Amino acid sequence: MSVVITQVFNGFSLGSILLFVAIGLAVTFGLMGVINMAHGELIMVGAYMTYVVQQIFAKYAPQSMGYYFFIAIPVAFFVSALLGWGLEKILIRHLYHRPLDSLLATWGVSLILQQIARTIFGAPNVAVLPPEWLDGGVRIAGVVFPYKRLFILVFVILSIFALYIYLTKTPAGRRIRAVTLNRDMASCLGISTRKVDAYAFAIGSGFAGLAGCALTLLGPIGPTIGTYYIVDAFMVVILGGVGKLIGTVLGAFGIGLVSTLMEYSTSATMAKVMMFALIIAFLQWKPSGLVSVKTRSLD
Amino acid sequence: MTKKGWLYWLFFLALFAAPFYLTEFRLSLLGKFLCFAMIAIGISLIWGYTGILSLGHGVYFGLGAYCMAMYLKLESSHGRLPDFMEWSGVHQLPWFWKPFEHPLVAISSAIIIPVLLAAFLSYFTFKNRIKGVYFSLLSQAVVVVFVTLFIGKQEWTGGTNGLTNFSTVFGFPLSSPFTQIILYWITVCLLLLIFLFSRWLTVSRFGRVLVAIRDGENRVRFLGFNPTTYKVFVYSLSAAFAALAGIMFVLQVGLISPAMMGIIPSIEMVLWVAVGGRSSLIGAVIGAIVTNSAKSFFSENYPDIWLLFLGGLFIGVVMFLPNGLAGVYQSFKQRKGQREGKTHEAGSHVSRSVGGF
Amino acid sequence: MHKLKWKTFKLLTLLLYGGVFALSGCAASSAVDEMKEKTKETNTSETGDTVKVGILHSLSGTMAISEVSLRDAELMAIEEINESGGLLGKKIEPVVEDGASDWPTFAEKAKKLLQKDKVVAIFGGWTSASRKAMLPVVEQNNGLLWYPVQYEGMESSPNIFYTGATTNQQIVPAVSWLLENRGKKFFLLGSDYVFPRTANKIIKAQLRAEGGQLVGEEYTPLGHTDYSTIISKIKEMKPDVVFNTLNGDSNVAFFKQLKDAGITAKDVTVMSVSIAEEEIRGIGGDVLAGHLAVWNYFQSTDTPENKVFVEKYKKKYGKDRVTDDPIEAAYFAVHLWAEAVKKAGSFDVDKVKKAADGIEYKAPGGTVKIDGETQHTWKIVRIGEIQPNGQFKELWNSGKAIKPDPYLKSYPWAKDLN
Repeated sequence: MSVVITQVFNGFSLGSILLFVAIGLAVTFGLMGVINMAHGELIMVGAYMTYVVQQIFAKYAPQSMGYYFFIAIPVAFFVSALLGWGLEKILIRHLYHRPLDSLLATWGVSLILQQIARTIFGAPNVAVLPPEWLDGGVRIAGVVFPYKRLFILVFVILSIFALYIYLTKTPAGRRIRAVTLNRDMASCLGISTRKVDAYAFAIGSGFAGLAGCALTLLGPIGPTIGTYYIVDAFMVVILGGVGKLIGTVLGAFGIGLVSTLMEYSTSATMAKVMMFALIIAFLQWKPSGLVSVKTRSLD
Repeated sequence: MTKKGWLYWLFFLALFAAPFYLTEFRLSLLGKFLCFAMIAIGISLIWGYTGILSLGHGVYFGLGAYCMAMYLKLESSHGRLPDFMEWSGVHQLPWFWKPFEHPLVAISSAIIIPVLLAAFLSYFTFKNRIKGVYFSLLSQAVVVVFVTLFIGKQEWTGGTNGLTNFSTVFGFPLSSPFTQIILYWITVCLLLLIFLFSRWLTVSRFGRVLVAIRDGENRVRFLGFNPTTYKVFVYSLSAAFAALAGIMFVLQVGLISPAMMGIIPSIEMVLWVAVGGRSSLIGAVIGAIVTNSAKSFFSENYPDIWLLFLGGLFIGVVMFLPNGLAGVYQSFKQRKGQREGKTHEAGSHVSRSVGGF
Repeated sequence: MHKLKWKTFKLLTLLLYGGVFALSGCAASSAVDEMKEKTKETNTSETGDTVKVGILHSLSGTMAISEVSLRDAELMAIEEINESGGLLGKKIEPVVEDGASDWPTFAEKAKKLLQKDKVVAIFGGWTSASRKAMLPVVEQNNGLLWYPVQYEGMESSPNIFYTGATTNQQIVPAVSWLLENRGKKFFLLGSDYVFPRTANKIIKAQLRAEGGQLVGEEYTPLGHTDYSTIISKIKEMKPDVVFNTLNGDSNVAFFKQLKDAGITAKDVTVMSVSIAEEEIRGIGGDVLAGHLAVWNYFQSTDTPENKVFVEKYKKKYGKDRVTDDPIEAAYFAVHLWAEAVKKAGSFDVDKVKKAADGIEYKAPGGTVKIDGETQHTWKIVRIGEIQPNGQFKELWNSGKAIKPDPYLKSYPWAKDLN
């Protein structure tokens, strides 16, 4: 019994991680249609920012080390967002009508960002020590629920909730949705699509930074960590269906649960193979993913 | 023969003559790049002409190469079990390895298996009208499946090490310069054949349907064509080119591993075509050669920072040369033509194809 | 339409010619070089007062994490030799190439180093796959490769010297020690590639022979970052020892998540073979404290040579850098090669190979000796416990250097392995 509970929890935990790496993409790819292959590197930037904040705290304020994470979260968000904003201004802006080209250009960006990270922080991994209050876990009915995994689960739920509120309740968010739904019409109604694009892309990138910050709790921090997550993130978004956040949520937890289940009964390698094969098969059956925006247009 | 025909032949003649003016090492590099050029022609057919961006061509390349490598491995093991199987705890040759003792079986399955896979995947995908970005990402998922599988099944595929350390092909030692030059010439011939065939295809009625599919698939459908058939055919054809490239690659480089069918090589393949000009076949060939030469050059001279150059190349090409090197020349000629007041055809489909799809 | 295309083609042809010229590496000079090369029999670069050696590690891609420091160590050793007057009156000139974590690139660059630069030796590689890719190249060109990392054995190429540990200098003694000191129930965990699978095959045979018990065996794809399921399997099986052959980044995820799941070194001992000081720095000593690793050298190894070595390395590359086993092996590989060259009185590969048999060098980790038959090195085996400060505390060592036995011929239980 405890094994079942542990595995279900592990599934949700994996789902929460996948969701985290995919939220930003749900905005930049799902809503805006930009294939941002540098998304993984924006995650990396978030992770390194956490490291930098930790180093600064260790040097100047070692007595309040326990709280560095609360500073790291906004720093990771804003640095990644700023980078995304710059990227949009310089590069992506010219490529909205050429989605496949954006894929190639952002791939180039990802190579450059990796090399820059290697130059600044060195090739080896760096260590981020999680704050002490996240050590350990709660024990319920013989099952240990690590605080870090719970923290990430809560963190991602809050993030997605905040994003949802932003997109549906605030004027700025509504403008983003208007532009992504019908760019020309939005433009006619007086919305500056250029500004909105830049905002939306910055927000998507900011969420990638948050993901990077959260991932430091569980995984490695090195120049190439982005490459571990990028394909998974895209799979989550296309499985969930573009254009709706709820699709991404379902896609992430679906993949998380199914793949932990398969990993438990087979091996990690086979689980990965079967998971991707299943996604391919599923999309043959439902090409627009789990949740799709209904449309009558043909192209 | 027209002037045009002359220069085509001159171009291939220059390639043919390469063993006389390149060192052995540079020749082996050029041979490798020409294999890549074959893939590039296939990608140009599906991407530039038909508007399908495949990020999964590493798989077809890899499968072709693996089939050939299985034959080479068995030949160099002289009837014994291949070395990697021994240390993976396999005591008998698996049944599906057995037919690969025969070179003809190996070569034909090196083409047939990738083509069947491509036809199978593309039939369902295109029938379900999955296109554009979705197709690209799905093809990437196929790469993940195959790479993980090939790494995981070490006892059958050699795992991450892949298949390497071959000694002979059809009894000729692979390391001798003579064999290498013959293999190089075979590569040039194959490239020439592929090029001529693709050219014939693109100027035919078939090629025009492909371009029509790229520019308005639904209109083509309404006109009574079945785009799925066309797309499946051209996609399988490009898989066949990639497989052929795989065969020649493994013969010349003497190594195939899952890393070469991975996501990064698959994306790089598309880059070659983007650099050369996606809807120009010769552009694709030249793109493959130029990009890889540049990569070799930068990584030899600036081993620490060459990735910056490569990344910059990606961005630069997409931003400033949407139609690659071929496109630069196009627009240059057009402007010149306008200045001189000549009347041009409004540009070939090459210059109209800003955007790919 | 054709007309336009045709003109494009002409320009592109011109461009191609440009490319071909660039390829030939400045055609004019290369033509002359070629003539020289073809007439010259010995393939060395002993022209003038320098001699070239190749350094071929991944400076980009996923393996750069580990390999960059090896390059640094090798460059330092070369610098030392040059400062002390060079070798046979010549200065050593390193040619650094990037293998880019991509095996065919390793083959290509090795070929380039041997054929174009005519290097007299190559120091390089980390993964088995990169070594396997370089192997046919160095054999066909009669080059000399010095491979500095512990590996899975079952190989001895006439053109490769192995300065890292083979299985009987690392894994086999570690398993025996664990059976004696930590318990009988083993759980094997590795990344899904050649080294872990081969290593685990050996461990399983040894466990059968020495009375151990195998309770689980798991492999995860390279770059795997979620270990929750594996950890629940470990919890369920309750092993005494987890024998960990995970590679690189996966270790970070595994140990962080293991600690979170409430499993400490007191509950289960994790013995690792790929975690050295450099990797600990990227995981955090706190996370790893109490777990074990087996190597031939630790930064904390107490020899006079090591004090000098560590001090020098830190002075050259930064206070926060650490040394570890592969770094040391890469460092003394250069010195062993230099000793062999001195003994042979020549840079010629065959002469150096012959002279190398029995060469000794006082390496930071103790005296190492080349075994002429297998071209591996005699090394001392050490088991250490990771301390919170990221250093090792040595728990056990083999006392004297152990003879390399890549095919495990001297172990009766290993008979069925090959």
